[in-house]
Order: sequence, then C-alpha cells, then structure tokens
Amino acid sequence: MSQTFDVIILGGGPAGYVCAIRSAQLGLKTAVVERDKLGGVCVNVGCIPSKALLHSAYVANLVRHDAKTLGVTTGDVTFDFGAAIKHSRQVSDQNSKGVGFLMKKHGVTVIAGTGSLGKGKTVTVDGKTYTATKAVVIATGTRVKGLPAIGLELNTTTVISTDDALFLPKVPASVAIVGAGAVGCEFADIFNAFGSSVTLVEVLPQILPLEDHEAAAALTKSFKKRKIAIMTGATISGAKVGDAKVTLDVEASGSRQTVAADVVLMAAGRALNIEGIGFDTAGVQLADTGFVKVDASLRTTADGVYAIGDIAGPPMLAHKGSREGVFVAEAIAGKKPHPIRYDNIPSVTYCHPEVASIGLTEAQCKEQKLDFVVGRFPFSANGRARAAMETDGFVKILRGSRYGEILGAHIVASHASEMIHELTVARENEYTVEEIDLAVHAHPTLSEAIAEAALDSLGRVMHT
Amino acid sequence: MATKVLMEALSPTMEEGKVLSWLKREGDAVSSGEVLAEVETDKAVMELQARGSGVLRKIVAGDGATVEVGSLVGIIADPDEDIERLLESAGTAPPAPQPAAEPDAGAPPTTPTPVPQHTAPATSPTGPPSGGRIKASPLARRLAEERGLELSAVSGSGPGGRIIKRDVERAPTPPASMPAVASSEYDDVELSQIRKTIAKRLVQSLGPIPHFFLTTEVDMERAVDARAHLNGLDDGPRISFNDIILKAVAAALAQHRECNAWWLDGKIRYFNEVHLSMAVAVTDGLITPVIRNAHAKSLRQIAAESRELAERARDRKLTPEEYTGGTFSVSNLGMFDIDQFTGVINPPEAGLIAVGSIAEKPVVVDGAMSVRRRMRLTMSCDHRVIDGATGARFLQTVRRMLENPLAIVW
Repeated sequence: MSQTFDVIILGGGPAGYVCAIRSAQLGLKTAVVERDKLGGVCVNVGCIPSKALLHSAYVANLVRHDAKTLGVTTGDVTFDFGAAIKHSRQVSDQNSKGVGFLMKKHGVTVIAGTGSLGKGKTVTVDGKTYTATKAVVIATGTRVKGLPAIGLELNTTTVISTDDALFLPKVPASVAIVGAGAVGCEFADIFNAFGSSVTLVEVLPQILPLEDHEAAAALTKSFKKRKIAIMTGATISGAKVGDAKVTLDVEASGSRQTVAADVVLMAAGRALNIEGIGFDTAGVQLADTGFVKVDASLRTTADGVYAIGDIAGPPMLAHKGSREGVFVAEAIAGKKPHPIRYDNIPSVTYCHPEVASIGLTEAQCKEQKLDFVVGRFPFSANGRARAAMETDGFVKILRGSRYGEILGAHIVASHASEMIHELTVARENEYTVEEIDLAVHAHPTLSEAIAEAALDSLGRVMHT
Repeated sequence: MATKVLMEALSPTMEEGKVLSWLKREGDAVSSGEVLAEVETDKAVMELQARGSGVLRKIVAGDGATVEVGSLVGIIADPDEDIERLLESAGTAPPAPQPAAEPDAGAPPTTPTPVPQHTAPATSPTGPPSGGRIKASPLARRLAEERGLELSAVSGSGPGGRIIKRDVERAPTPPASMPAVASSEYDDVELSQIRKTIAKRLVQSLGPIPHFFLTTEVDMERAVDARAHLNGLDDGPRISFNDIILKAVAAALAQHRECNAWWLDGKIRYFNEVHLSMAVAVTDGLITPVIRNAHAKSLRQIAAESRELAERARDRKLTPEEYTGGTFSVSNLGMFDIDQFTGVINPPEAGLIAVGSIAEKPVVVDGAMSVRRRMRLTMSCDHRVIDGATGARFLQTVRRMLENPLAIVW
C-alpha cells in the first residue's frame, strides 16, 4: 500500500466519508482512517438505527390508538422490542456496508485502525506512517458521556447511554431520561411506545431547548397526552445507583422530588474524540469553547490540517458535518466553495410529531429587536393531516415586516422533517414569503400548511 | 368566458406601459384581435389588442395610467357575467399613476406593518423580458428597489454571480433625490417612457463599459463628388452623406469582424452579418433603427431603407424588431455643425462611430496648402472587446473607403 496520499481523513463518519467522496471526485488521492465501523455514530449508533426504532414506535402507536378508527381491527397486539432492535441493527449494518461500497466505488483507500497526527501532515496508524501532500482532515466526532459529578457514571446496565439503549434486549419498565434535546425526546417516544413509564428531565425551562417555544409547547402537549412525564427547569442534585434501580433527586420549580427508574438514559452532552490522537505533536489547538479551534475556512492552527463535523463546533448534526466535508474538500482542491450558511441548517427531532426548524426562533427575533411578523397554520385545519389522524402541530413562519424575508420557520408535524426543506431552499435563496405563496402547492398535502402560514404572515390566510 | 386584458410586453425591454387612450369604451362589444387601446411603451406607441371576445366590461387602468407589464388594465366578458371576483383576484390594479394601495383591506392584527407591495414578476403573461437578465434574489430585488439602486450597478457574490442581499447592502446608496419644491425657476417634468429607457440604457453603458475613443479626420473631396454624380444619375432615392458613411462602415465591418460584436456576460459574440444601428433623433429622445444585413446591401438600398426607417422612427411607428439586434452603431450630428463628438455605446454592441460635420479646412496636400472638405469620425470602443490597435485598423479602413469611394465596392 502506498504511504502517500493527497488527503488523509481521520474518521469515517458523515463528515469524514463525505469529505472523502468529494475529494476523490475532485481527483485527489484520498484515504480515510476509521477505528470502528464506517459511517460513524450516525450510521451505527445514532441517526439511522434510532430512525428505525422510531418507525417501530410509530407503528406501535398507530396500531394501539388509531387503527380501529381507520377501519383496521387487530387481535391482541404484542410489542417485541427485541425485534425492533434487530431491524434497526440490520438497517445500520446495511448502511455501514453501503459506505464501504461508496469508498470502493470512488477509489478511496480505507485504513482500519486508530490514526494519530504527526508533524507536517503525517498520520500514524498501527505504527505505519502515511503522508498527506495536500491536507489532513480531522473528523473524529464525539461520543456519549455520563455525568460522574452527580454520581451518574455510565455503567451499561442502569445508567446507560444511547449507545447502550440501541442494543437493549427488552424495554425497561421505567426510564428516566436526562436531557430533553432531540435525542432525549426521540428515546422518550420510543420507550413510551413500547410500554415504558418515561420521565424526561431537562435543566432548561422547556423541552427541545433550542426550538421555538411554541414548537416545544406543542410537543409537550402531545407527549403528555401519551403519559410521558416531563420535568423542565429541573436540576439533578444527586443520584443513588442501585443494582436494578436508580433514584434521582430533582429540584424543579422550587420543590424537591425523587424520580425512581429501572434505567437512567443519559441524553445530555457529548464528549469530543480528541484525546491521544497527536494534537500536541501536530500543533492543533482547542478554542475556549472546548471545540477544535478553526477559522472560517475550517483550518486548524496546524498548517494543512482541517477540522470538520462535531469536533469543529456546533450544531452537532450529521448534515452539518457532511457539508463541511464538501466545503473542505473543495477548498483543498483549490476551488472556491460556497460559504456555509450555518444559520440555515435544518434542525430536526424525529419523534411523533416531528419538530423541524430553520433560522431564528420568535424569542431570538425579539432579542435581536427585529421588526417581524408571525404567520401560523395549524394542522387541525389541514385535510391531509385530518385524513391521517395526525393533526398535532403547526407551521410557523417568522418574516421580516418590511421585505417579507424568512427569518425563521418552525414545523411540528407528522412529517416535519420532510417538509422543512421547502423553507430551507427558499431561505437559502432569499425568497420571501410571497414567493412561497406564488409556488402552487399540491392539494391535499401537508405542505399546503406552509403556503398558508406564508399567507397568514401577509394577512391573507385562506383556510382558518 | 371572461378575459383579462393585461398590459402586454409590446417591446423586448418594456417593463411598464402608459395607456395613452382607450379606443373602446366600457360597454362596447369587442372581438378577439380588435385594437382596444394605444399604449406608449419604452420605445414606441403600440396597439393593445383584445385576446378574447365579448363586451369590454371594465376599464381598470384609464387613459394616462402607467402600469407594469402583466397588470390588469381591463376585463372583457359576457354582458351579464359576474366579474367582481376577477377584479378582486387581480390584486393590484393601479387606476392612476400613483402607487396603488394594497387591496387587502382590514389586515388582521398579526400584520402590524403594511404588507410589502406585490411586485412579483411571475405574473407576466409573456414570460421574462428577453436579454440582459440580471440574476438576483427576490429579497435583493426588493432591497435594491427600495434603496433606488439599479441592480445592473451591483455585482453579485452568490452562486453564479447572483446578486444577494449582502451585495445590495454593501453597494453604495445613490444620493437621495431632491425634494420637490414648487418654483418658477424650473419645471419638473415627468419622465416619458422613452426618456426612462434612455436613462437606464446609458447608465448601463457608461457605467460598466470601459469606453475609449479614437478620432480620425477624413478627406471627403471624392465622396462629395461621388455623391453629386450619383444623385445626378436618375430619379432613384437621394443619397445623403450619412448613407455613404453607413455603407462604408458596413463594408469595413465585413472586413473587421472583431469590431462587429456583442459583449455578453462571460462571452463575446462576433457577428458574420452586419446589422447597423443608426441613431435617429425623435421628439423627446433618440432611437436606433437597424439596417439589417447592411454589408450586403447596395448604397441605393441603404439610402431607401435609412430614410424609411428614420421617418417611421420620428412617427414612433417602429416595431421592436426594427430597433433591436444591431451589431454596431453610427450616430451623425454633422447636420448640427458639430465638428466632432463622442457617442455612448449602445450595449451589448461594442462600438459606435460618431460623425461630425463636413467643413472646408486648409490642409497640406502633397506639400502645398489647399482647401479641402474634411470630416471627423470618432469611434467609441468597448475596451473589453476592441483594443486600441483593433479599433484603429478598422477606422483606417473606413477612412480609406470614404477617401476612395470605389474601395467600398471592392
């Protein structure tokens, strides 16, 4: 095997492998170093298997709640969490193999093992040194972490991470989920659907703390209907971890409570994979935020070394990492890549209903003292949503008063993840709400609610 | 079946039109193809035809109203048909030259500020205006409009050079217009459509086009003689000096294709045929009718055609095809005793020859002073297309042809 490449990428997750494909497309001789499975967290213990489980959860809820009304009567329904896990593993394995196939197809060399940075754009894997003539790209990502300070150290049985949750043989009778961001809410949905008694504990004042308050409120309402307990503004002051039981001391809104559960799922925060991979040798420094220090072109403090994906800073999202991979590959190849609009990266939570958004929340618009108008449309007024009995949620568009530009958009809907991109494209291209309305929307679709919300912001809503 | 009468794009560059006068009144029966009204476009007075038959039920834009292309100006329908909904759904329908108020009365309280004016160009039934399309985001267009910025003066930094919000925000804002003050010292005159177009086109020209100028003095003795002879031959069209110059320029361009070109975004288009634009002064401006395939036409044909085009230009009867598509321009102010002048290039053309008057001057010929009839030609060149020596060689050919008229037919 040759010891020299144009580009060597550390990490084969969605940032690294996409960077590799784009580099290869641009004629660069490329290698990816991966210590585990190709596809990284996303494909193996993140986005992909959790979506499989969420679909199982969706079907479970459909059969349990709506099937009869829809004209499908079933006999005794049993829920087999083990089977759902098995399906999710198959999907993950297929996808990981798919990434391997893509590497082969694009002529990218995959080096198995843990890479470590050396001086002058070199990478050592298992004692063998490889040299990059053009650039080294760090895309090592993040991993789950516990909260040892309050006694919640990960132990794989009672205090577990999402990595463990994705391999549970059966569903625990009760689960406390620490952290109600996207991951916490998705697992709350999954465990609830399979019969667990679920408590969501969030330190900030709302679940999905980064989303618009109305979106969080809509999801809260929907979760409470399904008997998911929610504690917000809640600080965990202590934890007692027993053999089969964990007890959390929680302070919420001035009162102390005890939450007992068979299993505690840690869904708050992730640790960066930056230890022992030669940052000091190579001269890669960290920023005050704890992430790798990069400039606007994602260059680290070491010459010819780039950082992309989770380690380069928030938001920690697969699609953000992938785009950074493309950007860096093009920069290395001497092209002028289109700058990444970090404020227009869609954020999606895939529980039921889904929550998807771009841009600013209403609170942020107010904070920035923007002159804005809100347009809303509820799915209770949408024919397609009613037909599917999925009327929870709404579309909310925040537009500038003067020009009608889209400042932010928030969707809570059964298929919000698929719908947000209309607004992403519009905002990326600086369309205003009028262009949204002018594009004819098919009837009946959930997407009509987007056009209606745009009209509502213009004072011309039709169907409410 | 009701038919909306819309302001149509009656010329390729037309963005708005002024209804000069309706030839039909409300209640008149009309049939498809009949002329409904006269419309002043940016270049000429054109006829607006009915696209459907019935009764002209409603005139929305009355005489004197200026409306955007694609706007509703009237409705043709059956005598008893309900047209209220059509009128409502038509949205903005400015009845007078003042900006129209948003028709959505009683906007709900969720709309604290006036709704942005509906300026969507997508309603134009004739598609986007051809030629010179500027790529800009809708938001950038709105910002530019409000700031009074010409998008053509803004350089785009988006994908493919698209103008985005950032570019408009960074562009220098033009000085605020003078406040309107009633005064007897001057008269404020509304811009006519043609004046607006001239302004826009010339700003487009001198702004982004790197002009340079070449002047040469031509001995016209032989051309004057030749013209006298030709006009004495028979009763064909009288040949003017300008016709001879047009003929010489056309013949020279056929030899110098490098000057017979358009500057287009990202490319230069060289033409194998010469379509000569000739500037004609009209009442409140100028227009450049085009003599097509001028290189292949005889002096007589050019004389007949230029006269006919000039007449119809002065009567504002030219069709859009007759004043677009030129590859090079000739502008003559000799009849006003102008010795020489520099003309402004008519984009996307890359060159123009400005013709001065023919005057008797003392010159040295073969070592002796003599009085000769001389004329100055000044060529304006778009330096992106034509370099100094390129233009000079072409101008030399023109001069030689005029000094030896036989060379034109070589």
